[in-house]
Amino acid sequence: MRSEINDLHFTYPTGVEALRGISLSIESGEQVAIVGQNGAGKTTLVKHLNGLLQPTRGQVMIGDWNTREHSVAKLASRVGYVFQNPDEQLFSKNVGTEVAFGPKNLGFDGERVQALVKDALRLTELSDKTETNPYDLSVTWRKMVALASILSMDTEIVVFDEPTTGQDAMSVRRIANVIAELRKRGKTVITITHDIDFCAENFERVIAMAQGKILLEGKANDVLGEEEILARTYVDPPQLTRLGKRLGFKNTVRNQEEFLNALKNHWLR
Amino acid sequence: MAIVNLQNVTYKYPLTDMPALQDINLQVEDGEFLALIGPNGAGKSTLCYTLAGFVPHFFKGELAGTVEVAGMESHNATLSEWVLNVGLAFQNPFNQISGAKYTVFEELAFGLENIGVPRQEMKRRVEDAMRLTGISDLAERSPYSLSGGQQQRVALTSILVMQPKVLVLDEPTSQMDPIGTREVFGVIRSLAEQGMTVILAEHKVEWIAEFADRVVALKDGAILLDGSPADVLTSPVLPEYGFGISRYTSVARRAQEMGFWNGEKLPVTLEEAVDGFASLREKGRG
Repeated sequence: MRSEINDLHFTYPTGVEALRGISLSIESGEQVAIVGQNGAGKTTLVKHLNGLLQPTRGQVMIGDWNTREHSVAKLASRVGYVFQNPDEQLFSKNVGTEVAFGPKNLGFDGERVQALVKDALRLTELSDKTETNPYDLSVTWRKMVALASILSMDTEIVVFDEPTTGQDAMSVRRIANVIAELRKRGKTVITITHDIDFCAENFERVIAMAQGKILLEGKANDVLGEEEILARTYVDPPQLTRLGKRLGFKNTVRNQEEFLNALKNHWLR
Repeated sequence: MAIVNLQNVTYKYPLTDMPALQDINLQVEDGEFLALIGPNGAGKSTLCYTLAGFVPHFFKGELAGTVEVAGMESHNATLSEWVLNVGLAFQNPFNQISGAKYTVFEELAFGLENIGVPRQEMKRRVEDAMRLTGISDLAERSPYSLSGGQQQRVALTSILVMQPKVLVLDEPTSQMDPIGTREVFGVIRSLAEQGMTVILAEHKVEWIAEFADRVVALKDGAILLDGSPADVLTSPVLPEYGFGISRYTSVARRAQEMGFWNGEKLPVTLEEAVDGFASLREKGRG
């Protein structure tokens, strides 16, 4: 399902102009990361995808639906949104009920709900925690519950807002696995992240935002190599990209494989 | 002189069987910048709470062993004495903001009001601290209208105005953009250089390598490693136990396996990685 954003402007009631003319289309099955400094408008932008915010000007299309013409409840069947802070999202007395809430609300039959819940719990490695109260889990696992409760809704588009914040290495790997699985299934994934190394290792397309506008966007290697432009939105290139640059590699590298390849096959020859 | 001295500290939260901290022995020197690393659940936050007096005074539970910080002993001192010497910035800034104040400026003055600092001095200290952390332009905003990263700066600043001897920070930059993170680490480093003792729980290994004097790795509530960033952060046991490590270290380790790394020591910082790979190329040519 294609998403199309056209000249989107948004001004908060306080007068803060958070988005100042965003135009963007995201194709079905694309994996996109959005990076940029605090206050650049990243969260404001993604909140337009499921109708939590309505444009001050311009429009947002999710497939053939204009977000102005459909309720948040309706849009929830197409766009799943995982909040930055899981505690803003969780309310059930156990993990199983929490994860079943979304698909039930979408009106899926019992069998499908069960299958979706099972699948979401497996993907997030929560299968052994069905009966646990989410608030008895550590924040790492609460994050996985928040993820599972969106995955179970089986939406075509999944939005993650800062999924790796405060997560340890194992949990970051778990989240990367979920994203890889969604890619295999042909789902669209849109992720806001400050973790530029995580971005480099898991996304093919990168959008850099600054001050309510798109500063730079395109293939990950092209965007992540633009050190000077990225600095304008308080983003540093990934660690291995910086290392490659400092060593004078001809091409931008962004992960271990690319780095070691360039090292072995070009740089050391 | 050690300003923090923990002897055989074991702690259990109420209604739990497993200790969150197990036999911790830790001395921190005055003015030292110590980083705590570890997977979630390793005890980093609990250790922060213990240093800040929240364990046991706020969380209750069972604390065994001795906790001495800035001349106070945990079993004798009250939390209100403790806060005069030790400041803690929470992992989630939302949990720290008082909810009683309309503007960032008032929020920052809240702690000083509570200890009866004169108005003029209060104003000066708030303004100085805001300048230091780069939030002067947020003074009149509501603390709740800010982004996560901005809230974290406010939370940190609200501790700095108290001028604690020991500054305890629990992932203070988790919601900040990368360059914002670097700025805040720079501020923390300069405070340590001016003599403040800093204890920082953090996942961002790259920054620890660059800024901290010493690293303690925690695992299941116990100290696994304690040493210099260069030694601890390149230890081969870290990845085995699920610790995050710097990309520079992990790529050099892979390169080493392939025969493309000369030095004995693996790099933790960009500069070390650049030097290491560059020497490899020179040798190859020589």
